[in-house]
Amino acid sequence: MPVDELSDLEMDLLDGFQREFPLQPRPYAALAERLGCDEATVLRCLAEFVDRGLVSRVGPVFAPHRAGASTLAAMAVPSGRVDEVAALVSSFDEVNHNYERQHRLNLWFVVAAPGAARVRAVLDEIAARTGLEVLDLPLQEAFHIDLGFPLKWT
Amino acid sequence: MDVSTNELRLIAEIQDGLPLEPQPYAAVGRRLGIGELEVIEAIRRLIERGIIRRFGVVLSHRDLGYRANAMAVWDVPDGAVREIGGRMAALSFVTLCYRRPRRLPDWPYNLFCMIHGRDRTTVKQLVDDAARAARAERYPRAILFSSRRFKQRGARYAPSPTASGEAER
Repeated sequence: MPVDELSDLEMDLLDGFQREFPLQPRPYAALAERLGCDEATVLRCLAEFVDRGLVSRVGPVFAPHRAGASTLAAMAVPSGRVDEVAALVSSFDEVNHNYERQHRLNLWFVVAAPGAARVRAVLDEIAARTGLEVLDLPLQEAFHIDLGFPLKWT
Repeated sequence: MDVSTNELRLIAEIQDGLPLEPQPYAAVGRRLGIGELEVIEAIRRLIERGIIRRFGVVLSHRDLGYRANAMAVWDVPDGAVREIGGRMAALSFVTLCYRRPRRLPDWPYNLFCMIHGRDRTTVKQLVDDAARAARAERYPRAILFSSRRFKQRGARYAPSPTASGEAER
């Protein structure tokens, strides 16, 4: 649903707690206090956001390469095989993002695992099972500090 | 890799999100056999050490009406990538900005930005703005719009105790 269909309370809850979530025994009550509502309302709204797909989770975003290894991979998949190859790629628990994009390299996905060897093994297995080349594009340098996404200013 | 075994167990419990119940840290602690305050302190240390770079509500852009999700890429000289990347990363509409390797001849681009907007026209304008602001207008670039999303969730660095292989959440 578009952002402009949300109530002020819902908007504040979505936008205001993308970082520095309270590290205290009753964090949702702390959010409620700042929003001027009660804990049950905060919990109900968040559960709805998750059900409707607006929020993927309340929790951590990990820095790349600190808790494990990851890479961005790209493939040029023939148009008739995109669904089949995408389904194979998504079936790996190590794959967290998997998108079709409009380019000759049309399938883009992120592989994350506890170690680099497992990341490499997933890429190799996808290449072997599809007969297609998998480009490995690991992060070399991050210029961005992730502060969340400013809903109210875009 | 600079996390302990206990931290990996904690990461496995929280990587798909905190429970939506009044005392989520206590609930995580019960599953790990540790106390609520130990969970809170362990998460605080992961944040302080930069292993967790952000802790809070993680939005799904596409479902919020930001349907044009584009990867904008540039081929800039290696000696200028840090300067140009730094300028792009400072723009509010650039949500990620990374240097990655070229893979010639298939892939000539070494600077990657994620840009979200309500529609493609807006995103194209934002990419123009980014090029101008970062003084990268003269370098080759491409915009890769997403047409379908097959999977999106947080990275799972630790094997999840509840993972069922192919389940997507």
